[in-house]
Amino acid sequence: MLGFIARRFGLLIPTFFGVTLLTFALIRMIPGDPVEVMMGERRVDPELHAAAMERLGLNKPLYLQYIDYVGALLQGDLGESLRSRTSVWKEFTSLFPATLELALAALLFATTLGVLAGVIAALRRGSLLDHGVMGLSLTGYSMPIFWWGLILIMVFSVWLGWTPVSGRIDLLYDIPPVTGFMLIDTLLSGEEGAFTDALMHLILPAIVLGTIPLAVIARMTRSAMLEVMREDYVRTARAKGLSPARVVFVHGLRNALIPVLTVLGLQVGTLLAGAVLTETIFSWPGIGKWLIEAIGARDYAVVQNGILLVACLVILVNFTVDVLYGLANPRIRHQH
Amino acid sequence: MSLLDIRNLSVRFGDADAPPVVDGLDLSVDRGEVLAIVGESGSGKSVTMMALMGLIDPPGVVSADRLAFAGQDLLSLKGKQRRRLIGKDLAMVFQDPMTALNPSYTVGYQIEEVLRAHLGLKGRAARERALALLEQVEIPAAASRLDAYPHQLSGGMSQRVAIAMAIAAEPQLLIADEPTTALDVTIQAQIMALLLRLQRERDMGLILITHDLAVVAETARRVCVMYAGQAVEQGEVPAIFEAPTHPYTEALLASVPEHADSRRLATLPGIVPGRYDRPEGCLLSPRCPYARPHCQTRPALMPHARGAVRCFFPRNLAAGEINPLAPGRHRRSPPKGDLHAY
Repeated sequence: MLGFIARRFGLLIPTFFGVTLLTFALIRMIPGDPVEVMMGERRVDPELHAAAMERLGLNKPLYLQYIDYVGALLQGDLGESLRSRTSVWKEFTSLFPATLELALAALLFATTLGVLAGVIAALRRGSLLDHGVMGLSLTGYSMPIFWWGLILIMVFSVWLGWTPVSGRIDLLYDIPPVTGFMLIDTLLSGEEGAFTDALMHLILPAIVLGTIPLAVIARMTRSAMLEVMREDYVRTARAKGLSPARVVFVHGLRNALIPVLTVLGLQVGTLLAGAVLTETIFSWPGIGKWLIEAIGARDYAVVQNGILLVACLVILVNFTVDVLYGLANPRIRHQH
Repeated sequence: MSLLDIRNLSVRFGDADAPPVVDGLDLSVDRGEVLAIVGESGSGKSVTMMALMGLIDPPGVVSADRLAFAGQDLLSLKGKQRRRLIGKDLAMVFQDPMTALNPSYTVGYQIEEVLRAHLGLKGRAARERALALLEQVEIPAAASRLDAYPHQLSGGMSQRVAIAMAIAAEPQLLIADEPTTALDVTIQAQIMALLLRLQRERDMGLILITHDLAVVAETARRVCVMYAGQAVEQGEVPAIFEAPTHPYTEALLASVPEHADSRRLATLPGIVPGRYDRPEGCLLSPRCPYARPHCQTRPALMPHARGAVRCFFPRNLAAGEINPLAPGRHRRSPPKGDLHAY
């Protein structure tokens, strides 16, 4: 098992360098430079511009800039935001819990509902219920996030008034950040009604963000279950006289979850990408909103390293999934 | 009273007018008896056993005049009551051991699961019993195998585990569905010997489904030969081997190297008829070397002194032992002209 982990970890290193190269190149392909954006709409004095570029090290050839960048990275220096002059790491860590909270809520929603829907659809294959569930999941998958978010806001916040429109918590509450997770912090603060308020703020964005993963998980679970329930060992389980629930969940689902788990790891990327849109729609103060604003300001350090951090996260999650996959599937673990 | 008593069992898939996969089968097994069922692939042997175990799912339909096990009518039992018998008093070992065990659970867990479900054993007691079972099926280093996963076992080992699982709750009847087909020849004999030893020691009924007539000859007391979903011949083992009465049984025996008279091994041309090419009359007639015009009608299974046969012109039976052409013994009366020809 340790060898397995080490091998998987070794694969991460080239991936890491690939990401640095991509983010470095992409942000520089966008027209305009940070100095122009900071100096505003009017014509920039060429001397001032050149001085600023030199100060920021942006006048050097690209390959030197890249070497400087990676060199700093290897020393653990993520640089500082061109706008706020605070370190990128600090900004990231202060904003990340909000995104994580949203993503976890979305994942919880997507996984529980998706697995359940997939299992039911598989067991009732060909029924109206199956077609309904699969039709809905295709609709969910095809729905643009921003549009779906706006629809939900209109129905539940504007018409029905059940949920707030945006933000993480009502301005009435002053919650000291302890863990960064609003649901936990509100509980710790002891303020009455704060937890419920935070929860109500979380529901819509979590549904919006979880919709695509939900659809993917439901479809994946269904097809995996259909396949697994035809396996000989499921027949063996039935021939043991076990209850249908045990046959389905212990012998069927356990094996069907192996491919679902892989898909789940891949969905974390979708989730963080979706977070950019969802956070913008719901004014959720997280990484997505931060990155969007940094791109607008050509804040090279924030964009490069913010994306790098997010990418590392996706890589790490997939690595964890690979390891979990080994745990869930003994055949993988012993292969080497 | 026999342990298992099946009367007129039919299994159909799909439309009501589709030919049944198992067609009006009668079968009985006594306590401690070994019954062999032989026949080509597609003859309905496995489906019969699946029906018995309650493993036929819709759109499959099982019907029978009687499907009784140890005096209980299986067809009238509700799901939960039936599951109390399945895996406990009535257990099954399947054909391919490499896929019959769940890859995600250890050998010990899968055996203990039966002990928990049917005997209420848990924890240490269950583990000790599981270990004892592995020893009974002659698995070397049994204690270390409890924590092994199925993919770490060879085919023969896996089949031993499957057998341990099947006998865990002390069944009265064990069904072994081609238990050695997927195994190496060297292992086949060991597994058969193991099954027979367990059968004798525990005085279990054993239904052995097999292609291997040599195995039947050595092990079973009675045999049922199936063809295209029907029993075509039933009887005591030595008698049938010495003098098969059905042309199909005769052909099966002729295709065994040890039984063959000529130097070239005999084969029966053609294949078992499927759903769309079922002959009008006797199902074997298109392949039967003895077919006559009269065989365009369906014969019934007719008892005689040594067993029963489904043929108008049985082999190796003295005249008068059976009168297959007597009225009422088949569904359609034969055309009159043919009677004179023979």
